[in-house]
Amino acid sequence: MIRIEARGSQSLAWKIGLPIISAILALILAAIPLTLAGAPILDSYAQMFSGVFGSKFAFSEMLTRATPLIFTGLAAALAFRAKLWNIGAEGQLYLGAMAAAAIGTGVFDVSGMILIPTIILFGCAAGAFGMIVPATLKIRFGADEVVTTLLLNFIIIIFLQYMLEGPLKDPMGLGWPQSSPILDQGMLPKVMDRMRIHYGLIIALLCAAFAQFMLVRSVWGFKLRAVGENMNAARHAGIPVNRSLLTVAALSGALAGLAGVSEVAGLKGYLTADLSPGFGYTGIVVAMLAGLSPAGVVIAALFIASVFVGADSMSRAMGVSSYLADLVVATALLCVLLGGFLSRYKIITGVSQSGGK
Amino acid sequence: MFDILQILLSESFWSASLRIATPLIFGVLGALLCEKSGVLNLGIEGIFVAGAMVGWMAVWLGAGLWGGVLAAALAGALFGLLHGILTVPLGLSQHVSGLAITLFASSLSYFSYRTALPTVSSPPRISPFQPLDIPILSDLPFIGPVLFQQTALTFLALFCVFLVWYVLNKTALGVAIKAVGDNPNSVDAQGLSVYGLRIGAVMAGSALMALGGAFLTMSAFDAFFFGMVNGRGWICIALVIFASWRPGKALLGAILFGAFDALQVRLQTEVGAFVPSQVFLAAPYILSIFALVIAARRAEYPRALLTPWFKGQR
Repeated sequence: MIRIEARGSQSLAWKIGLPIISAILALILAAIPLTLAGAPILDSYAQMFSGVFGSKFAFSEMLTRATPLIFTGLAAALAFRAKLWNIGAEGQLYLGAMAAAAIGTGVFDVSGMILIPTIILFGCAAGAFGMIVPATLKIRFGADEVVTTLLLNFIIIIFLQYMLEGPLKDPMGLGWPQSSPILDQGMLPKVMDRMRIHYGLIIALLCAAFAQFMLVRSVWGFKLRAVGENMNAARHAGIPVNRSLLTVAALSGALAGLAGVSEVAGLKGYLTADLSPGFGYTGIVVAMLAGLSPAGVVIAALFIASVFVGADSMSRAMGVSSYLADLVVATALLCVLLGGFLSRYKIITGVSQSGGK
Repeated sequence: MFDILQILLSESFWSASLRIATPLIFGVLGALLCEKSGVLNLGIEGIFVAGAMVGWMAVWLGAGLWGGVLAAALAGALFGLLHGILTVPLGLSQHVSGLAITLFASSLSYFSYRTALPTVSSPPRISPFQPLDIPILSDLPFIGPVLFQQTALTFLALFCVFLVWYVLNKTALGVAIKAVGDNPNSVDAQGLSVYGLRIGAVMAGSALMALGGAFLTMSAFDAFFFGMVNGRGWICIALVIFASWRPGKALLGAILFGAFDALQVRLQTEVGAFVPSQVFLAAPYILSIFALVIAARRAEYPRALLTPWFKGQR
């Protein structure tokens, strides 16, 4: 006889320990595909490790990779807290990136003090718009936001291709579908010389701190969590549920839009259709690993970025497909799901004991 | 001006519509079966990829076309089993588990493909299913060319529509599956296994989804490409709501969708000079959202959809 019984409250050790164990387990499980690919296991792990921690440059590359993941992770974490399933961060990222390219490539030739905040503002607004639409369809028509946000990702990427072949196309780009470069004064400054880390990382960390504060300490955060835990109860308690959903939709979309802004106006300097290798979807994994806590998102994003950068370097050295990184990330999500279960419930085998309680 | 009427009356148009609809028919049926039992399966997109890869790979390794179909279905059922275990006895979030399955199944498929074929520049081809040519029937006016330019997999899809309808509406098993998606306590009270029924339905549904993927590599095309599923799975999730969880309406929805897609390809050649091609590319996704918005208000979701059930807890 197997029964499943809820544990009382979760201890802090469980909450923090579990994602770490899940992450490590996912890395260990990567040994299976590595073996199948015929790569030497220990050498591969060593290569992965040195690909992230081997040099100052490698480490800075990891931080560069973590930057968009912090944004998209926060976007997913905030929305999921309200049980608003925003799976559209990928599209919202591109909306933000298009706004950045539209504003920053020469329409306004003003000083950086004005241009950079304008780019950020429009990027946020574009991303927010991208999530307000499905949130409105949900509130107004009951259209499931999971499906609408997923489908919008495809629509937005097709729209992006149109923009890159038309209005946003670089006339000097030799026919490549890419935007003109962002004006120099519109680029976010670099954090360190000769490294690619840029102020997008600082903005991401500030956003995480702000989101953590808002979620845990503010009335807004309280309402948001109430809506997420029990929408009907929240409605009965007089919380304006629809308005809460719309504000979190706007914030979530804006954060995803910022990911696009920071990639275009912080890292690349121009917009292409392959700007994001799925940062929006990976953000969901980041948020889940973080237990939907904004502070945790930062740590989870650093871990996932390490997996990607480390696996990239390992794949090049060992000739293993770089899809290994995606596989590890997906496995980490499965592990953390299972782990989350074990932290909330215990599986009891054998004859159930009376008493207790 | 345009010869829309002429397009709509042509055999090749309806033949193309049915061909485009085939993977969607499999996918919508699969999603329908899962959801009828109370489990949303967002693993569909990844299971499509896995079905496409495994079916193709099996044939490429020499399993024969039907061996490939079987291998794809088995792969789908295995991912369904994983999703079933995570969401049914363990009661984890169906949204997150489904997305995890999609990420896992697609990255595993891509990784396996790359590992098996590290160096190829152009994807190796297999000889896919050929159109069935049945004497006499193929010579029927209109119906002949529309139906009999299809491959065996399209007929399998049409048969599955009947099969799923029959099982759900005419058998005790179907009554139990629908009951477990509406009111699991009643099923438990009758001494049937809620877990068994739900996991079984998710596995069968996932196998159907994988066949939708297999159609892409074994009938529509003859090779496996990265990103070839391209949101078809998500479209199925929208279509199943549009079809109000009825197999017949699912068939209708998939064919309408296929017809629209076939129409836009033909319109593109007519008005391509004035309208950017992206408008046509985006049309299927926009149409899906419209279908969802129209259907959502009156949708009667299975009552226990998304709700985990634990023995002994009411």
